[in-house]
Amino acid sequence: MSVQATYLGMPLAIDDLDVENLAYFKHCAAHDFHLQRCAKCNLLRYPPTTACPWCMNPKSDWVPVEARGAVHSYTEVHHAIQPAFKAHTPYLVLLVDLDTQKGKPSREEALRVMGNLTTPDGKLAPPDMVKKVGIGTRVRMVFADAGPGLAIPHWTIDEGAQQPARPWRYPRE
Amino acid sequence: MPMPDTDTSSPRHLRDKYAIVGVGETTYTRGSGVTTRALGTWAVRNAIEDAGLKASDVDGMLSYQSGDSTFSTFIAGDLGLRLNFYMDVFGGGSSTEALVGMAMGLIEAGMCRTVVIFRAMNGFSQVRIGGTGARAAAPVMGDALHGRAYGWQSAGQMFAPTFMRHMHDYGTTPEQVAHVKHFHSCHASNNPKAFYKKRYSVDEVVSSRFICKPLHLLDCCVETDNGTAIVVTSAERARNCRQHPVLIRGVVGRCSKPRTDMHYQTGPISTVAGHYAREILWPNSGVGPEDIDLTGSYDAFTFTTMLQLEDYGFCKKGEGGDYVSNGTIRLGGKRPNNTSGGHLCEGYTHGLNMVIENVRQLRHDADDSCPIGPDGKRRHTYDYREGGCRQVRDAELSANLGWANPGTGSAMVMRRG
Repeated sequence: MSVQATYLGMPLAIDDLDVENLAYFKHCAAHDFHLQRCAKCNLLRYPPTTACPWCMNPKSDWVPVEARGAVHSYTEVHHAIQPAFKAHTPYLVLLVDLDTQKGKPSREEALRVMGNLTTPDGKLAPPDMVKKVGIGTRVRMVFADAGPGLAIPHWTIDEGAQQPARPWRYPRE
Repeated sequence: MPMPDTDTSSPRHLRDKYAIVGVGETTYTRGSGVTTRALGTWAVRNAIEDAGLKASDVDGMLSYQSGDSTFSTFIAGDLGLRLNFYMDVFGGGSSTEALVGMAMGLIEAGMCRTVVIFRAMNGFSQVRIGGTGARAAAPVMGDALHGRAYGWQSAGQMFAPTFMRHMHDYGTTPEQVAHVKHFHSCHASNNPKAFYKKRYSVDEVVSSRFICKPLHLLDCCVETDNGTAIVVTSAERARNCRQHPVLIRGVVGRCSKPRTDMHYQTGPISTVAGHYAREILWPNSGVGPEDIDLTGSYDAFTFTTMLQLEDYGFCKKGEGGDYVSNGTIRLGGKRPNNTSGGHLCEGYTHGLNMVIENVRQLRHDADDSCPIGPDGKRRHTYDYREGGCRQVRDAELSANLGWANPGTGSAMVMRRG
């Protein structure tokens, strides 16, 4: 079944042929983070794909993954180009290294999962929170509900984690 | 069967066997007032005329676009070209050098004799290249849910994690990278065709408003409307063309990092596709970065120029910030980059104008304001002050480094024939 929803005023859709994305976002809608695990080499992958990028095997299982990690890089958007985001600047787009499978299959690799910085209830972060986050900040996943069968995974500051003394931020602020 | 006195061997990697013999463009504007078909037709016509060829001499056509342009069949129809081959491919900034390589292969295979390559776009007045307008408002479908749903759509937004991580990993500063705009704007001030001819200081760049960190407004290229075209043929035919031939030494096309669907999955993310492409470009060209007199490193953003020069080996990894700020890349420096002002200043045409500029440089015929002598050739002064010369003295070898995104790039070495 195809999925349609509206999020921040943006129309979102997943075609009924797109079984990988349907499965990924079905788990998100239950506020549960799952990734595909290759049935042959057992490596997880992100974003959803038809075959395993490490061994080409097309068979995989959706398995729960602990969605915590550290910010690997980011951008702070001041000039939004999408109408949906114009009211929310500045907003952060985060590239997060999951703790799970970090450094595998090679040292420079990680499951790097996108998301915005949000409050714990999944709303785009206010400016004072945006200023606190940089490379190294520990984050945990939260979800923003968009509609039946669809929630968008995001990142919020992991209050329970040991945070770096000073996360790396763009130097001219 | 080859005759005993016929040399049927091809030079290694077709080195120096093919040439760019014609270049052409339209005026860089914001509001061309004409269709992409008209822009493409003018650019192709100008390139064929520049080469001194007739319509009947050109029998191959290639173009690239992103659903924002016209197709080869219309341009060929407008100009009365009968084609033995044509193809319009999807893509942007990594297309120019890649299509030059394809043109060489087509001619080598005997499928056609002379190929014109064009890009025509109303990148400001129709489909805005920065992504605003219709593209930004389109529904978010399928795989785009992992990007556009986060307000992560424009080129600047998509590339920024690589730029930021380079600053983090190597201590690259905003001021170092802003020098790219400073130097390119100085070059543009000597280019009568440039859309922006004003010289900008480093301070003006880093004081301009933020678009998305680390990019200020003046770290980003200009959106323009324009058509651009080049003509590729064999070195043998090039001898009978109007212009001094510019030979192609080596090409690498759309060379990519792993995981081209989302290259951030592999690292280091502060490394770009040039890291892989250089292993093809330099051996195939038979030269190295130290031999190159001038570069055309794609400047969609100040950072893209810096990252590519570094990963193609013009300096050590991590020292790109110093390389682009120490004067090497300015006119009069050791190895000028984008002497036309590039995408940051001249105009945006997905890489083709940077190849056009280097062809003219290798002809020793940069179209600046220097006086034209009785023989029709410019008398270059090599005085690079504002409004002056932009010809690189004794230019023999150039490198163009095309960029699609951090994960994919193309490149080409050319030499004066």
